Amino acid sequence: MNESLVVFITYFVLAAFVGFEVISKVPTILHTPLMSGSNAIHGIILIGALLIAAGAHTPLSIALGFVAVLLATINVVGGFVVTDRMLEMFKARTPGGGEERRR
Amino acid sequence: MTVATAFVYLLAAVLFILGLRFLSSPRGARRGNWVAAAGMVLAVGWTVVLLWPHFTPAGALICALGFALGAVAGTVGARTVKMTAMPQMVAMFNGVGGGAAALVAVSELLGLHGARPALQSGFPSVFAIVVGGVSFAGSGIAFAKLQELMTGTPITYPGQQAVNALLALIILGLCVLVLGVTGAAPVFTALLLLALVFGVAFVLPIGGADMPVVISLLNAFTGLAVAASGFVVGNFALVVAGTLVGASGTLLTKLMSDAMGRSLANILFGAFGRPQEGVGLAAGGDRTVRPGTAEDIATMLAYSRRVIIVPGYGLAVAQAQHVVRELADQLERRGVEVQYAIHPVAGRMPGHMNVLLAEADVPYDLLKEMDEINPEFSRTDVVLVIGANDVTNPAAKNEPGSPIYGMPILEVDQAQSVIVLKRSMASGFAGIDNPLFYDPKTSMLFGDAKDSVSEVTAEVTSL
Repeated sequence: MNESLVVFITYFVLAAFVGFEVISKVPTILHTPLMSGSNAIHGIILIGALLIAAGAHTPLSIALGFVAVLLATINVVGGFVVTDRMLEMFKARTPGGGEERRR
Repeated sequence: MTVATAFVYLLAAVLFILGLRFLSSPRGARRGNWVAAAGMVLAVGWTVVLLWPHFTPAGALICALGFALGAVAGTVGARTVKMTAMPQMVAMFNGVGGGAAALVAVSELLGLHGARPALQSGFPSVFAIVVGGVSFAGSGIAFAKLQELMTGTPITYPGQQAVNALLALIILGLCVLVLGVTGAAPVFTALLLLALVFGVAFVLPIGGADMPVVISLLNAFTGLAVAASGFVVGNFALVVAGTLVGASGTLLTKLMSDAMGRSLANILFGAFGRPQEGVGLAAGGDRTVRPGTAEDIATMLAYSRRVIIVPGYGLAVAQAQHVVRELADQLERRGVEVQYAIHPVAGRMPGHMNVLLAEADVPYDLLKEMDEINPEFSRTDVVLVIGANDVTNPAAKNEPGSPIYGMPILEVDQAQSVIVLKRSMASGFAGIDNPLFYDPKTSMLFGDAKDSVSEVTAEVTSL
């Protein structure tokens, strides 16, 4: 096991904790945009797709690279646009975020 | 990786985390989405700059073409999809990400020309292929079910679980083969194909009502597959972003299954929603329903002080969100206090009802979560249930024999009177009879939710 692998495992573990921490108190109202937004974030696979596509030279690797870039781009672009469209619609009745009569 | 690259990816990761953080409050959410998008542009843009001297002519062409086509397809899809079709759209965007992750890993294995991969890249490769493939195919089936290209009821056959278990075993065996013996192309190609088959087999027996859990779980799967690809190509931006999504998706999945009062295993393997024989009939007694007219119902609503509207999937199907808003406006004009009670798993994806009602400009502070609204039902005059069924079923509380016993519900039966708008007397997607409909204080109005609500609104206006 080399050093860079250990570093990557460290990133993995820390990111998992951050992921749990960041969304542990999301109100139900935002479940859809949150899921859709995180959906767009895993579109980061586009970087991986670019890495394999950039150096493609055999017909097979060209085909694989193309499909990977295409799918990943749909994921990123569609994900962010659709999330924005949903969030655009969320409005409170009052600028302050609504009437809190109870509690 | 140069220091500059490391810092750029670090900045992108920070932007993703901040974005997710903003996404967890209604006011900052839209900004949060753009913060995350900025992180994405930064990370992808920098990668293109880094790769610039290394593009082969074919590589440059496929990147440009794939990017252009993908951007157009993604934008058009996202802009034109109806709000009611949102769950299947989210499922699809998720699935393609999983597919891309699997292909990245396949491509890396291909580069070894049949040599056995080292464990530290081989393990994440097979993981990304299997999990990404399952996510791709599973999302495809979820899409087909939600788009009603195929039946939304669970598809089961005798020995299904044994077949699925066998599939899983073969997949595991192929993984071991890749890691321990050979990285030959036929082996990992078979692995990818079987992962796709498994993805289909895995979602087929899951019913429409359990889709919120499945979509959320597949989202977590894609996140993990992306993180695994990050290990494969040695890119920590992928590891961090993929893991963030994997973790948050797992947590969301848990919230969803908690909201159904069932374990994740029961949801995934229980084939929930097959028509049940004899369940609920044991209650016996008076089983007549009281059909109301639009006029009666309008009168009840207009002369009450507090009304709570409970929306369900039927509202989404009928696209009744705008007419519901009109009805609420009319009632508010008459001094009636109107609120909405949202069950966490109402609809077909997490938060489905919130999105629909937001589209109809219902202020989000009127949408109340289950724990908040349940104590309010007892001091509510009329509850208007629109196209919701299982989430209001008192059997979940009172009948230990019921398949949904233990599921947290909206306690609408505590209200003075209940009005149920429903297409027909058919049972809900869970296939379970609902004693609420036979309660003497319940009036039913049958028909398409949109038509029914419009009729009631017209009557309220003319009062």
